[in-house]
Amino acid sequence: MKFVRDTLDKIKPAFEKGGKLEKLHPAYDAFETFAFVPKHTTPKLGAQIRDAIDLKRMMMTVIIAMIPCLLFGMWNVGHQHFLALGNLEASFIDKLIIGAWVVLPVVVISYAVGLGIEFYFAVQRGHSVNEGYLVTGMLIPLVMPPTIPWWQVAVATAFAVVVAKEVFGGTGMNVLNVAMTARAFLYFAYPGDMAGATDVWVYTGGEKIVDGYAGATALGIAADQNTTDALASFGSFFSFENLFIGNVPGSIGETSALMCLIGAGILIFTGVGSWKIIVSGFVGAYVMAALFYVIPGGNAFMAIPPHYHLVMGGLAFGVVFMATDPVSAAQTEVGKWYYGFLIGALTVLIRVFNPAYPEGIMLAVLLMNVFAPLIDYYVIEANKNRRIKRLKLKIA
Amino acid sequence: MNLKLKKGFDINLAGKAKPELAGEIISEIYSFKPTDFNAITRPKVLVNEGDTVKAGTPIFRDKKNEQVHFCAPVSGEVVSITRGAKRFPEEFKILADKEIQYVEFPKYSESDITRLSKEEVLEAMLKSGVWPNLVERPFGLVPNPGNEPRDIFISAFDTHPLAPDYEFVFKGQEKYLQAGVTALQKLTKGRIHISIPSGNSSIFKSLTGVQIHEVSGMHPAGNVGVQIHHIAPISRGEHVWTTTPYGLQQIGRLFLDGRYDSSKVIALAGSEVIEPKYYEIRNGISIAKLVENKLKDTNSRIVSGNVLTGLKVSKEDIIGFNHNLISVIPEGDNYEFLGWILPTSKKLSFHRAFGLFSFLSPKKERVLNTNMNGEERAIVQSGVFEQVLPMDIYPVFLLKAILANDFEEMEALGIYEVLEEDFALCEFVDVSKMEIQRILREGIDALQEA
Repeated sequence: MKFVRDTLDKIKPAFEKGGKLEKLHPAYDAFETFAFVPKHTTPKLGAQIRDAIDLKRMMMTVIIAMIPCLLFGMWNVGHQHFLALGNLEASFIDKLIIGAWVVLPVVVISYAVGLGIEFYFAVQRGHSVNEGYLVTGMLIPLVMPPTIPWWQVAVATAFAVVVAKEVFGGTGMNVLNVAMTARAFLYFAYPGDMAGATDVWVYTGGEKIVDGYAGATALGIAADQNTTDALASFGSFFSFENLFIGNVPGSIGETSALMCLIGAGILIFTGVGSWKIIVSGFVGAYVMAALFYVIPGGNAFMAIPPHYHLVMGGLAFGVVFMATDPVSAAQTEVGKWYYGFLIGALTVLIRVFNPAYPEGIMLAVLLMNVFAPLIDYYVIEANKNRRIKRLKLKIA
Repeated sequence: MNLKLKKGFDINLAGKAKPELAGEIISEIYSFKPTDFNAITRPKVLVNEGDTVKAGTPIFRDKKNEQVHFCAPVSGEVVSITRGAKRFPEEFKILADKEIQYVEFPKYSESDITRLSKEEVLEAMLKSGVWPNLVERPFGLVPNPGNEPRDIFISAFDTHPLAPDYEFVFKGQEKYLQAGVTALQKLTKGRIHISIPSGNSSIFKSLTGVQIHEVSGMHPAGNVGVQIHHIAPISRGEHVWTTTPYGLQQIGRLFLDGRYDSSKVIALAGSEVIEPKYYEIRNGISIAKLVENKLKDTNSRIVSGNVLTGLKVSKEDIIGFNHNLISVIPEGDNYEFLGWILPTSKKLSFHRAFGLFSFLSPKKERVLNTNMNGEERAIVQSGVFEQVLPMDIYPVFLLKAILANDFEEMEALGIYEVLEEDFALCEFVDVSKMEIQRILREGIDALQEA
């Protein structure tokens, strides 16, 4: 500890004003403040004491909330791998090892590319490295299919960080959720690697898939064949319980609604994620799906029982981890109810009526990111109007 | 009116003052600082170095608000007038007499005060030095006597950390408080509103001619701005005046005793004070005298006022004009290894993010230091300021309007209803570590000058 402090103090002058590496100060600062909370004290006037929280701790809390999804995702990648190869005897450890082998490089690439760009912009702009990417860097791998080519992860990360975030001014200024932008970029640029075929959702390691293994996601099957019977034909594989627990094919971290709920519990308990957005997101999806369910006729997707919608695909993951991103979400408490509800409702709407995009959550979140300021605008206008009304009453 | 506030946050610091008056502290030198007041831009100095003054002799005036006289708190010789940029008089130092001489103002009996006219009350208050105990909202200024206030508000309790207990401080002073109220009644066609904590017996309940409101809730329930917001909010074009029981007491003494007597009972509190107690002082006493032999031998910070809105002072400084508390807390100028992630139950947090366990023991008294506990960042978190601000106001949007210098938006979002102290808790809980009170003051100043 003292050694680290001494080393930091020794090299510090080089990074300070007038030092040789002055320009790299933000990079030095990022490492120094990672090791030690700085000795900055409160300014002369105003609050002389400050809350123990800072952005680093807040972001770490979100990462901790994602760990259940990450670990389950790794296991599930291995699990699907052995299922596809017809090996039903593989142990828990075997599955975890295969999963880690597939998932960890994606995580490493996401962090390396994203943080690299963050550091570059911080140095160029001379501001400190914000911690926002710590969360984004974990979200990106979790919404990728296990077989995603590594170079695509790198390109998508770079695209999202630069175009969705840095051009707007960095952390706190972005309009769109950065991780969702990365996914959307790949979805439209390289659709063949992001949807549909069996080899996207299951890591085979080049071996042959046995007959009878589903391979596709529940959403994909329901959309493709336009019938719920298709799901039933896989027996209990796509049962509600299995979908809830998440041992089905899908993006790395999204399959388990259970793990997402554990994450939601952590976010809500710590107050880091808005419970209003999470609750209204699920309610919105359920209400929309129930509406379609009771309307007679229409397409077969409408016949899927509403509770299935909550556990299929990425809805749970998106509502819990993407919709609650405080920067791109609605900022007013009233607005958060509408924002979450519309994300859930739109997700189901897109799923049911747009077979080209069986995964609705991605577009729903991005769409509502764009509309969040509008929601806030109306909430704020209402507040202003209360004030104006009061003034008019006085004058009258 | 019964007011139940649900939002807010109590900060329970160690080192509260024992309800015990430890005596009077006397200093050789007393000072007056025009910088204790907002928006004084055209100062006029009324004395020269070497002049002798009495307690109540005018020493300074603001040409923008000419009728208001700022007066010497003690009698003695003006030994120095320190000037800053543009020759702005920053500090008047007075070498005090052993026995304080007072300027003689007319004395009245309690019933006489009722018969005074508005003009007589104004005249007495403006000349004698008690006037700056009043604060005008919006903007938090020394009131302009020409702006008749819609109402006058007084909060009779202070919910800030370590704040003095008014029930203790003003016990036995009811006569002066009542005289102060009676005088203030002449200045407004509206009401005198006094807020007290609900449920307790209070010496303020015995005051007549006032509207009593019982308020319950966590800090900032005791902030007069929050009370005004719920009782009768300030709209554009309106003026509301506020004062404290300290102000009432001084106004009362002016009319009953005929003097500007600036003595008051303040608390010296905080974890770094050996025996936190109450002391009697006069305005402008030096900090060095005040804390002499009373502090622990630690690396500490002396704050004039409370730890949420106060001013860091050195021993050469004085207690602020409107301050009734000196808080002494540990200075936090040390590094903390991995302090941003290690679990802690010692440090206080409004949040419950990973590793912050203070929510498990909300009642516990804490020793908090002045470390920022993090670095300044972009605004990321939303919805937290609203939980500690019991007002129908969107603080983040208001702050953004200020940063964008958008006057119309500031007005529409309710800047007239707030002063820095109301946003102090937002500054405390802020994840992004912004200087929220400074930003708000900049907005208020910009709007006031516009």
